[in-house]
Amino acid sequence: MSQDIYIVIEHLRGQVAEISYVMLAAGHELAKGTGGKVVAVLLGHNLSGLSSNLAASHVLYLDHPALVDFTSDAYHNALTILINENNPRIVMFGHTSIGMDVASGLSARMGLPLVSQCREVHVDGGTLKFVSQACGGKIMAEGELPAPMSLVTMVPGGLKPELGQSEQPPEVIRMPVVELEGIRITLKDYIEPEIGDVDIAKESVLVSIGRGIQNKDNIELAQDLATALGGVVSSSRPVVDQGWLPSTRLVGKSGKSVKPKIYLALGISGAPEHTEAITGSNMIVAINTDPVAPIFSLAKYGAVVDMFDLLPMLTEQVRKVKES
Amino acid sequence: MNIIVPVKLVPDLVEELTIDASGTALDTAWLRMIINEFDDHAIEQAILIKERTGAHVTVLSTNVEGVDDLLFTAAAKGADRLIKLNGDFEGGVNNHALARAITDIVKGLQPDLVLTGVQAHNDLDGQIGPLLAGYLEMPYVGCVSGFTMNNGQVIARKEYPGGLLAEMAVRLPAVLGIQAAEQPPRYVAISKIRQIMKSTIIEEQAIATLDSEGGPTIGRMFKPEVSEYAIMIEGDINEICTKLIEVFKEAGVL
Repeated sequence: MSQDIYIVIEHLRGQVAEISYVMLAAGHELAKGTGGKVVAVLLGHNLSGLSSNLAASHVLYLDHPALVDFTSDAYHNALTILINENNPRIVMFGHTSIGMDVASGLSARMGLPLVSQCREVHVDGGTLKFVSQACGGKIMAEGELPAPMSLVTMVPGGLKPELGQSEQPPEVIRMPVVELEGIRITLKDYIEPEIGDVDIAKESVLVSIGRGIQNKDNIELAQDLATALGGVVSSSRPVVDQGWLPSTRLVGKSGKSVKPKIYLALGISGAPEHTEAITGSNMIVAINTDPVAPIFSLAKYGAVVDMFDLLPMLTEQVRKVKES
Repeated sequence: MNIIVPVKLVPDLVEELTIDASGTALDTAWLRMIINEFDDHAIEQAILIKERTGAHVTVLSTNVEGVDDLLFTAAAKGADRLIKLNGDFEGGVNNHALARAITDIVKGLQPDLVLTGVQAHNDLDGQIGPLLAGYLEMPYVGCVSGFTMNNGQVIARKEYPGGLLAEMAVRLPAVLGIQAAEQPPRYVAISKIRQIMKSTIIEEQAIATLDSEGGPTIGRMFKPEVSEYAIMIEGDINEICTKLIEVFKEAGVL
């Protein structure tokens, strides 16, 4: 049994996902306690240049044509062999579209314990500990990472990605090509995101609405304020899922990351899937009727008020200032 | 086409959550339980497929408070068969135990397709969908927001960050984790649910053992310590408006 921490590097179409660096940073936290190495695990085909800034002692590169695009089947088969041969202490994945597909399946197939939604990991008196976030960020759960081996999925927010980057390119060890059989999933094609009327990632004023907007007709109130401020309306997931706004306006894990001068969050509770995409904003202002909404811990200014009382008057006052 | 939709009830996050005396779990005494929102999308997607292709839809859930309403609502939307699983669920049960418990039942129903919500907000040991797929030895694709079917396979649209979609062909039988149905979950009137209650039976099946092996032990549960908190703007609507105008000026947008 090794004490190494394996980080399964997430990448898509030639780009390493930021969560990979967060995981490497977490790996270094854990390696302090285990005395093992932080090992980057890269799965793909004909990859080059992806590993140059990974803060890892080395990279295990599993190269196979069946790994050219992500499928959970191919990842499961390749990782099962790797894990069985090397017995690392921890195997870490992003709590993402890719990582969630792989980690639970491996846990079931290999009978390995899994701890998901980890925000932080640390060593406490020789034991490896996790802190996971649950209930939309309202609750944290702490415990020990099961020994002798466990799988982990990480969410962003707890550790800085810069800590997982290095200027010293790690050694890349090409692993023997594994036989990958019984793949039942194949990638047919990528569908590019719709090109919308606006690119919310480039806007400097975002009036963003969440579940609190209640219905489609109310969006006009937010639109009026956005227009008055010279910005646009964006939203969290429920608004898009209801079909009230196109997906081009979605801010969050499956939508866009934004960095406006001001992000006005109206009726957005602040679930982690949303907040991870707004941390680049210069200023976040939150309006919510729930005084304990997690969004308030991220915002610079906040007010507990019903947005339907506030919006008409606020829009009016913004117009007056603009006119004067 | 035989579609199984296992769903679970989760704490309603609109309510205030409190930690119980043990310090390791939520206090369930006052918790209001609602359907996991992604499971609601999974039911909707199953009904959409039924309407298109005549599929048979079975919805199953564990017997906790609120399950009958959940199942009858699913029937009112169009589900054909309802199954309630009896076992010791009240104290909470992790996803490994749940996935193991329903594996044999789902297998017995001989599904072509199993649809689950992609995740739930209280998942601390992975997600039901991919765990179930692992135990059933079926392929799994998650974060799915729509799919079509042809020649014994589904073509699923999987969401990646930034609005990118991947079209994946998956051999049946398979498990899909639904992120969003192709249309918002439909609303059904209470009167229709009442009507369904009179004519629909909820079948019951017993779960003998719950094996939670594979999930972590929670040593402590707590509310996040807020190191930073917003400067709260107090006062009546007028005062809040005036202050927000100043805030807009500070941000340099006014």
